Amino acid sequence: MPISRKDVEHVAKLARLQLTAAEVEQMTRELGTVLDYVARLDSLDLDTIDPDFYEESESLPQRDDVPEDSLTQVDALKNAPDDDGCFFIVPRVV
Amino acid sequence: MSRYAMESILERWEPVIGLEVHAQLKTKTKIFCGCPTDFGAEPNTHVCPVCLGHPGTLPVLNRSVVRMAMSTGLGLHCTVTTESIFARKNYFYPDLPKGYQISQFDKPICTDGWLEIVLPERTFRAGIERVHMEEDAGKNLHDAQTGLSQVDFNRTGVPLVEIVGRPDLHSAEEAMAYLKELRNILRYLDVCDGNLEEGSFRCDANVSIRPSGTKPLGTRVEVKNINSFRNVGRALGYEIRRQARALESGEAVVLETRLFDADAGHTQSMRSKEESADYRYFPDPDLLPLRLDPDTIEEARSALPPLPEDVRNRFKERYELRPYDIGVLTDEKDLAMFFEEIVAAGSEAVAASKWVQTEVLGRLSGDKLAISECPVPAAKIARLLIHQSEGRITGKMAKDIFDKMWRENIDPDVAVEQIGGVISDDTDLRRICAEITTQFPDETAQFLAGKTKVMGFLMGQLMRQTKGKADPQRASQLLRETLQAMDSSEE
Amino acid sequence: MTTSSTSVLFGTIDEVGTALADGSITSLDLTRAVFDHIEAIEPDIHAFIRLNRSDALKTAEEADRRREANASLGLLDGIPISIKDQIITKGLETTAGSKILQGYIPPYDATVVQRLKAAGAIIIGKNNQDEFAMGSSTEYSAYGATSNPYDFSRVPGGSSGGSAAAVAAGAGFASLGTDTGGSIRQPAAFCGVVGVKPTYGRVSRFGSIAFASSLDQIGPITRNVRDAAHVLQVIGGPDPRDSTCRTVPMPDLLSDLEGGPKGLRIGLVKEAFEPDGLAPDIAERVLETANQLEAAGAELVKVSLPSLPHAIAAYYLTATAEASSNLARYDGVRYGQRANMGNARKVDLVDMYNQTRSEGFGPEVKRRILLGTYVLSAGYYDAFYVKAQRIRTLIGRDFQRAFEHCDALCLPTSPVAPFAQGERTSDPLQMYLADIYTIACNLARVCAVSVPAGLDAKGLPVGVQFICNHLQEPMLLRVARACEVQTGGYCPPAPVQGLVTEGP
Repeated sequence: MPISRKDVEHVAKLARLQLTAAEVEQMTRELGTVLDYVARLDSLDLDTIDPDFYEESESLPQRDDVPEDSLTQVDALKNAPDDDGCFFIVPRVV
Repeated sequence: MSRYAMESILERWEPVIGLEVHAQLKTKTKIFCGCPTDFGAEPNTHVCPVCLGHPGTLPVLNRSVVRMAMSTGLGLHCTVTTESIFARKNYFYPDLPKGYQISQFDKPICTDGWLEIVLPERTFRAGIERVHMEEDAGKNLHDAQTGLSQVDFNRTGVPLVEIVGRPDLHSAEEAMAYLKELRNILRYLDVCDGNLEEGSFRCDANVSIRPSGTKPLGTRVEVKNINSFRNVGRALGYEIRRQARALESGEAVVLETRLFDADAGHTQSMRSKEESADYRYFPDPDLLPLRLDPDTIEEARSALPPLPEDVRNRFKERYELRPYDIGVLTDEKDLAMFFEEIVAAGSEAVAASKWVQTEVLGRLSGDKLAISECPVPAAKIARLLIHQSEGRITGKMAKDIFDKMWRENIDPDVAVEQIGGVISDDTDLRRICAEITTQFPDETAQFLAGKTKVMGFLMGQLMRQTKGKADPQRASQLLRETLQAMDSSEE
Repeated sequence: MTTSSTSVLFGTIDEVGTALADGSITSLDLTRAVFDHIEAIEPDIHAFIRLNRSDALKTAEEADRRREANASLGLLDGIPISIKDQIITKGLETTAGSKILQGYIPPYDATVVQRLKAAGAIIIGKNNQDEFAMGSSTEYSAYGATSNPYDFSRVPGGSSGGSAAAVAAGAGFASLGTDTGGSIRQPAAFCGVVGVKPTYGRVSRFGSIAFASSLDQIGPITRNVRDAAHVLQVIGGPDPRDSTCRTVPMPDLLSDLEGGPKGLRIGLVKEAFEPDGLAPDIAERVLETANQLEAAGAELVKVSLPSLPHAIAAYYLTATAEASSNLARYDGVRYGQRANMGNARKVDLVDMYNQTRSEGFGPEVKRRILLGTYVLSAGYYDAFYVKAQRIRTLIGRDFQRAFEHCDALCLPTSPVAPFAQGERTSDPLQMYLADIYTIACNLARVCAVSVPAGLDAKGLPVGVQFICNHLQEPMLLRVARACEVQTGGYCPPAPVQGLVTEGP
C-alpha cells in the first residue's frame, strides 16, 4: 500500500481538513491509486538530471522602496467573516 | 554555596547557547508590497490585497530589503551568496494570511560569519551560521473577555532578517554580550533600530548543557518569548538550572520549545501545541532566485558605514581611554560620533569621555531624549571643557553652567565671563584667607591649638564666601600657609 | 435593429466590430441581445455562475458615447466578454467555482481584467468552472455542472468549461480561461472553439487565483483564431505586479497571422498517437488535418517526446504540491466562508479551520490538497516534488530537441470525445490520464492552442492541438489560423440554435 490510513489522517491534520472515517477510507484508496501510478517514475535514473524549478531566462524583479496605496480599514475588513470594525475576529487556540 | 547556585552549576556543567535573532528592517515599505511599515498605525490600515493574502495576489521584492540584508551579512563578516532562493514555510495561524510565510531555507542570502564579543576578561568571536530574509506575521491579540482573538495585519509583510548564531556561547553573560553587540552592529548599519521592547529586535535561544570538559552536545531546548535584555539573562539562567537539576536527578532533557514567562521567571513547555511542526518547505514558485553578482556585493561592502569594532579600534588607537569607557561610548553610533565631535572641537579625550558619561547620558535619560536630540551641541561642550581644563572654572562651576546650557542653550564662553571665573590669583586668595581667619576667630584659634579637623569648616566658609569660585586646591594651600604664618607669628 | 441578433451573436469580433463602427448596431443593443440570449440558453447550459447585467449595460452605454465622439478605445471597445470565475474582478463576486469563496467581493481587478476594461471591453459575467480549476469536466463546480452546447447530456470539458460553453453558445465574443494542465485547451476542443495557453509568463498571473503557480496561465477562448489574437494582444505583456511575468514586450500577433502553411514544418508527435485510450476517430481527424496542411504547403516531420509518458505523474506531483500551499489561505479568517461554529466563545481555532475547509472544499480539491501535502511532507519532498522537477527538465529538453526540427508540434488536444455527465467522476485517475496531451506544455512552459477540426460521427467537436516554443505566439497563431482555414473552424452548435428564436 503506497499510502496508509494513518498517512492520510496525518496529512489531513497538516492540511486542516476534517475527514470522516468513510472519507479517510476513500481517500486512502484513491490516493493510493494515484501514487501507484506515480511510482512508475521510480524506474527512471534521474540522479544526473537537475530539477527545473524556474524559468531561468529572467532575473528576479525588484521594486523601489516607495509607498503605494493601501486599503482603507473599511475595505480591508469588508470581506471579513467576523470583525469588530477595527480587527479581524477569530476563535482562540484553546 | 547551594548546589544549584549558578557558580556551582557552572563547575559541573557547560552551557551551550545559540541565539536566533529576528530583526525588523528599517525600510519604508513592506518586503513584498508597497504598504508602509511604520509602527503604531490604526489596526488594519497599512494593508493591501497582497499582504492580506487575497486570492490571486503575488509578491514583488523590495530592493531595499536586499540591500539591508546584504549589509547585515557583510557587517557580520558573512559570505553573501551569489544565488539565494525564497522558500515557503507552510503552517496555519491567524496572523499568517497566506497560510505560509515567505522565507529562505536551503539557500539563504548570507552564510558563515562572526561577531566580536568584548568582555572584561577576554575578547572572542561568536560564529554566525546564516542571515536570511523573511516576512513578518501580523499581530494576534487575545481578548480574555470575549475568549476571542483580534488580528491586526499591519505588521504582516514587514521585512525581517533572521540571524542564526552558532552555539558558541557558554553563559548568560556571553549571550547578553552577543545580543548587545549584534544590536549595536545593526544600529550602526542603520538597518534596524534594535528595540527589544517594541519588537523590532526579537531573540530566541537554543540552550543545552553538557558535563564540563566534554564535547558531545546535550539535547537542546528552544526558549522563546524573551522580550528584554534583562530577561535574556533570567530566561537562560532559569533554563540552565532547570536542565542541570533534571539531568542530575536522572531525568532526560526533552527536545522541545519552551516559552519564557517574565512574571513567573520560569520557562514553560509548549507541549500542548503540536509536536515538531512539518513546515513542508519548498522553493516559492512566485519568486525567481535572487542573483547577486560580485560587483554588487563589493559595492555594498565598500558602502558599509564604520562598524562598532572599527570605531572601538579607532578609539583605542587615538584616545587613551579604558576599555570600559570605550565600550560605553561606542554603545551607540550617535554617541560615539558625538564624543568624537567634542574631541574634534578641541576638548581632551579623557575629559570629554568623563563628561559625556557623567553629565550628558544621565540628563538624556532623565529627559527621555536620544543623543541626536541632545540640547547642547558638541562644540559648546568642548568649549566648556576647555575652560575647565585651562583652570578658568572649577568642576562644580562647570556643572552649574552646563545646567543652564542644557535648559536655556546659553553660550559657555559668555557664561564663564559672567560668572567671573575661578579666583586663582594668589593675592586675592590670600586676602580672602585672611578675612576668613578674622571672621572666625574661635575656629582659627581651635586650629592653632591643634584641632586640625576645623580646617574643613574654614575651607567650607572660604568656598561659600567665594561662591565656589576659588580654586579649592590652591585656596586650601594658601589657607594653610596663612594659618601657619599666624601660628608662628604668635610664638 | 434590422439584423438578426442571433447571427451576430455567433459571429467574430471583427464582424461585430465592423457593425459597431458603421453604426448598424450599438453596444447597448448588442449587450442586451447577449443577455437575452443567455437567458434563453442558460437553463440548459449553465455556463455562468454570475451575470453582471446592470454594470455591463452601463459600460456599453459608455462605449457607445465614446464611439459617437470618435474616441473609441479600439477593436474591443464595447464588445461583451465573459471571465472565468477563477479570475479576480473588482466589486464582482469571485468564487473560483468553490463554496469557500461564496460572497467574496474582490477589492481589486486582475491585471488582465484591468487591461480589458482599459480597452473598453464589457464584462458580462463570470463563467462556471471546476472548483479552483481542478478538473476536466466542470462537474466539480460547487455551483452545478455546465452542459456541452453540442450535446446537453455531455460535459463541456474543464476546468474552463463555462468559458468554452459560453463562447460556443454565442454568449459573448470571448472568454478568459485559465490553463494549468489543459484547462483552456481541452474545453475548447470539447466545445468546438479556439483556446490558447500562452507561454508561461506571457500573461500576468496577478489576479489569477493560484492553483499551481509554476504552471498556471490565463488565455483567451474565442470562436476563431483572429479573435484570440485580438484578445491576447490586449491582455498579454510585462506586468511588474507578477514577478514571473516575462519582461519581453508583446509581439504583434496579427502581422503574420495569415502567413499560411507554406514553408512551415509541422512535427507529428510519435508518442501522442500511441496510447490505447486515444479514440480512433480523433487520431484520424488530427492526422487528416496534418495532411491537409501538408497539401497546402507545410512540411510534415516526425518528432519524438520520449518523456511524454511521464508527464502526468510529474504534473500531479507538482500541481498538487503547489496547490496544497496556495489553498492554505482559505481559512475563514479574512474573506470567504467560515463554518458556523455555534457559540463562538467555546470554539477552538483549529476546529474552525478544519470545519471551514472541510465544508468549503469539494472532494476533488480535498483529494489534491491531501496528495500535495503528502508530496511536500517530511521525507517525501525529494522523492516526489524534486523528482517531478527533474522530469520537468527532461520534458523541457525533449521539446527543445523537437523544435530543432519543426516550427510547431501537432497532436490531439484530448484522447477522448466529450463524455457523458457522470461517466468519469468515480475514477479520478482516469480523469487525470485524459490530460496526457495538454499537461506536458504546462510543465515545459511552452505555448499551445486548440483549434476546432470539425465534428465527429456523433456530431461532437474534435480539437487539434498545436504547440510552439517559448514566446512563439505569432507562429502559434499562424499555424492555428492555417489549420482553421483547412478545417473550416467553428460552427454554431445545433442544439443551441434550436433553443434560440430568430429575431425580427
